[in-house]
Amino acid sequence: MLIIALLISVSLTIAVIFLIVFLWNLRRGQYDDLYTPSVRILFDDKTKTNDHDESR
Amino acid sequence: METLQQTDLVCYHCGEACEDVLWEDSKSFCCYGCKTVYSILHANDLCEYYTLDNAPGVKQVTDGDEGAERYRYLDAADVRKQVVEFDSADFTRVRFFIPAMHCISCIWLLENLPKLAAGVIRAEVNFARKSVCIDFNPQTITLGRVANWLYRLGYAPQINLADETEIAPQIDRSLLVKLAVAGFCFGNVMLFSFPEYLGVDTTDHGWQRIFAWLNLGLSVPVFFYSATVYFKSAFQGLKRLEISIDVPIAAGLLALFLRSSYDIITSTGAGYLDSFTGLVFFLLIGRWFQSRTFESLSFERDFKSYFPLAIYRKAGNDWEAVVIYTLRKDDVIRVRNMEIVPADSILLADEAYVDYSFVTGEARPVLVKRDDQVYAGGRLIGQPVTLRVVQATSQSHLTSLWNNEAFRKSEEQTYQKIIDRAARRFTWVVMGLAVLTGIYWYITVPEQMWLVLTSVLMVACPCALALAAPFTYGNMLRVFGRYGLYLKNADVIERMASVDTVVFDKTGTVTHGDTPEVVFHGVMTPVEYGWVKQLTGSSTHPLSVLVTASIDVDAAGVVTDFREVPGKGIEGVFGEHIVRVGSASFAGVVALSETGGSTVFVSIDGNLRGFFEAKTQVRAGIDTLLARFKNSEIALLSGDNASGEAQMRELFGPNAQLRFNQSPHDKLAFIRELQQQGKRVMMVGDGLNDSGALKQSDVGIAVTDSTGVFTPASDGILTGSQLVNLDRFMTLSRSARRVLLGAFSISFFYNAIALSFAISGHLTPLVAAILMPVSSLSVVGFSILGVRFVASRLPLSADKKHN
Repeated sequence: MLIIALLISVSLTIAVIFLIVFLWNLRRGQYDDLYTPSVRILFDDKTKTNDHDESR
Repeated sequence: METLQQTDLVCYHCGEACEDVLWEDSKSFCCYGCKTVYSILHANDLCEYYTLDNAPGVKQVTDGDEGAERYRYLDAADVRKQVVEFDSADFTRVRFFIPAMHCISCIWLLENLPKLAAGVIRAEVNFARKSVCIDFNPQTITLGRVANWLYRLGYAPQINLADETEIAPQIDRSLLVKLAVAGFCFGNVMLFSFPEYLGVDTTDHGWQRIFAWLNLGLSVPVFFYSATVYFKSAFQGLKRLEISIDVPIAAGLLALFLRSSYDIITSTGAGYLDSFTGLVFFLLIGRWFQSRTFESLSFERDFKSYFPLAIYRKAGNDWEAVVIYTLRKDDVIRVRNMEIVPADSILLADEAYVDYSFVTGEARPVLVKRDDQVYAGGRLIGQPVTLRVVQATSQSHLTSLWNNEAFRKSEEQTYQKIIDRAARRFTWVVMGLAVLTGIYWYITVPEQMWLVLTSVLMVACPCALALAAPFTYGNMLRVFGRYGLYLKNADVIERMASVDTVVFDKTGTVTHGDTPEVVFHGVMTPVEYGWVKQLTGSSTHPLSVLVTASIDVDAAGVVTDFREVPGKGIEGVFGEHIVRVGSASFAGVVALSETGGSTVFVSIDGNLRGFFEAKTQVRAGIDTLLARFKNSEIALLSGDNASGEAQMRELFGPNAQLRFNQSPHDKLAFIRELQQQGKRVMMVGDGLNDSGALKQSDVGIAVTDSTGVFTPASDGILTGSQLVNLDRFMTLSRSARRVLLGAFSISFFYNAIALSFAISGHLTPLVAAILMPVSSLSVVGFSILGVRFVASRLPLSADKKHN
């Protein structure tokens, strides 16, 4: 039966980690705009001039 | 004014039909502005813009004196401080609101700003809010130049007083955090409750105890964090001696949590914590669903959003840009064409035309002479003028409207929501039942009394009832949004359902405010038309501008002896012919039917050829809309003079009240008068002059032809083209109420079943765990399908415009 105790503690720990990650992302504003990033990912960079780095 | 299309070529940039085609790279453009944008993009290898969406551009409106000057005021130190979010020696962050943003190409182009403008480090678009966040190096490029770049691309940033005086509203993420915590705990509690559901191994009490305690631990954050909104709201309601829907909810949640804790601590049972956490989770979903509305629209705008942020003030021999609320009496300011006069002031130039249509509802621009007073909020038309301020913006004639008490009351206090009325009855019934049950069990099995009593309170928690309204109205809100009516919140739908009187504003609502229809009565040859256009084209008088726009013949002829007599008309000699355009006396005729100054007479060599008549153009479909209002009373308020009365009487029918020359205060008073007669009033208006009436009315709807521009504070914003569907929207809101009542009866049905279990003392955790989600889901399902059904039955056409 010890294995159940182990499993429960592991699963709870992982779940709590995910919750914390979610809350952290939320606070960073990652869920404020759900539309623009979905479009942005489709833009090609082929015409990119090389004197600026885009990802900052 | 639409003129005949001579060609079916469309502009490569903006997609509008071209009148005079300009060519570049074998692509057609409608105007110089659009062509310029294309050239900029072409030169910088950014033509991918045109491949993402078809003709994605915004028609470029250039109004003369632009260039780098336009946004130079942003570089003045105190103006700059108002606008930027972060500022250091070599890094500045600014966020601009860009109403013109509407498609994928827009996002792409705006985010490629660093490639166009040297010094811009990064640009990031938030499409939902129509804003762009720009990081740049202030040593390489100034703020004014950044704004100017946006303007040149057709994405003029909107910068006004209100956006900058109030701190940008922080997005409220606490509801989502609460929802996340509740969801997390609910999921895990369910997991640990499974052994209980399945009745596994009841001999192994040790494990049951551990699971129960884990559940209790997981419920603590839900009780003390996620559910607090309900406890707070219920407590506040009780303090005011009002029973809202949150009171029975809070009682139910409290009973659930305390009873479960008691059961677990005394190890007499497994508790109902799965029901408890699930309930909070579902309730918060309802709240979240209802709160997600139209982010890029603002419903709380006052005059501040209408005024520009800065103005040029005379400082010695120079002009400096200053923030408007630093203007003091006797400051001398300069206002340019199409700019708003920011404070009540005295005109220092000889004359100017001021358009007050948005402020007073007066459709025609007013001629102001030297030393006359110009009121704040008027829009200057024509040459730049200087003015001397007599009163600061905050004390101006216009802003005094905002001191009215109508602007101070909050709506929640004046309106009793259906849900709260239902909740009150519900609460009394439940309390009565609880007392009766308590007495019964006290007599028969006294030791069971407390358990049964808490059970009754627990299942009486009107979770399904509380979910019905958010989902019905929240869904209806989205349906309305799809058809171009954007409401502030769900409560508006409820108030809209009870409206029995609709009051319309005239200018800008029933009529198109700024584009009157110009008709010529008489006969002229095309050559003569050309002469007239030549003459009117060189005058800035508002009527000349209208006449010029209405003539679709090219201006022609060589004019000699051009003469403009202010307030009278224009004269010019074409070869041997003397052409006079202007008032009846100027054109040399005795006016037979002078119609309030909106006619322009034309005479050639002293012979009257006819006259142009500028008629306010009624919105298409208004007549059929008004004809459909059989059950509601309708009325018209206009800030304009009574010259349009006959036309309006024809539209509104013999019984409607028509009032003209109404000041903003008169309009407010009229609405209040109707309300005192017991009417529920909807006000439909568009200008600042309607602000008071919109606020006072039960439902205030602001009409606009583009959701980007200023609309006064209101309960809803309606796209101009959808005004003809107003009665259908009202019908829909009444249908929504019927759907809601249907959902109520379903929820009462489930509550009755649950109560019968509770009263008889058979409420086990398993029964609660089944009943709770089943009732909630069926109510939510009914609401969503119901709304979809009633919406599909009405003949509405979707609004094609982007939000």
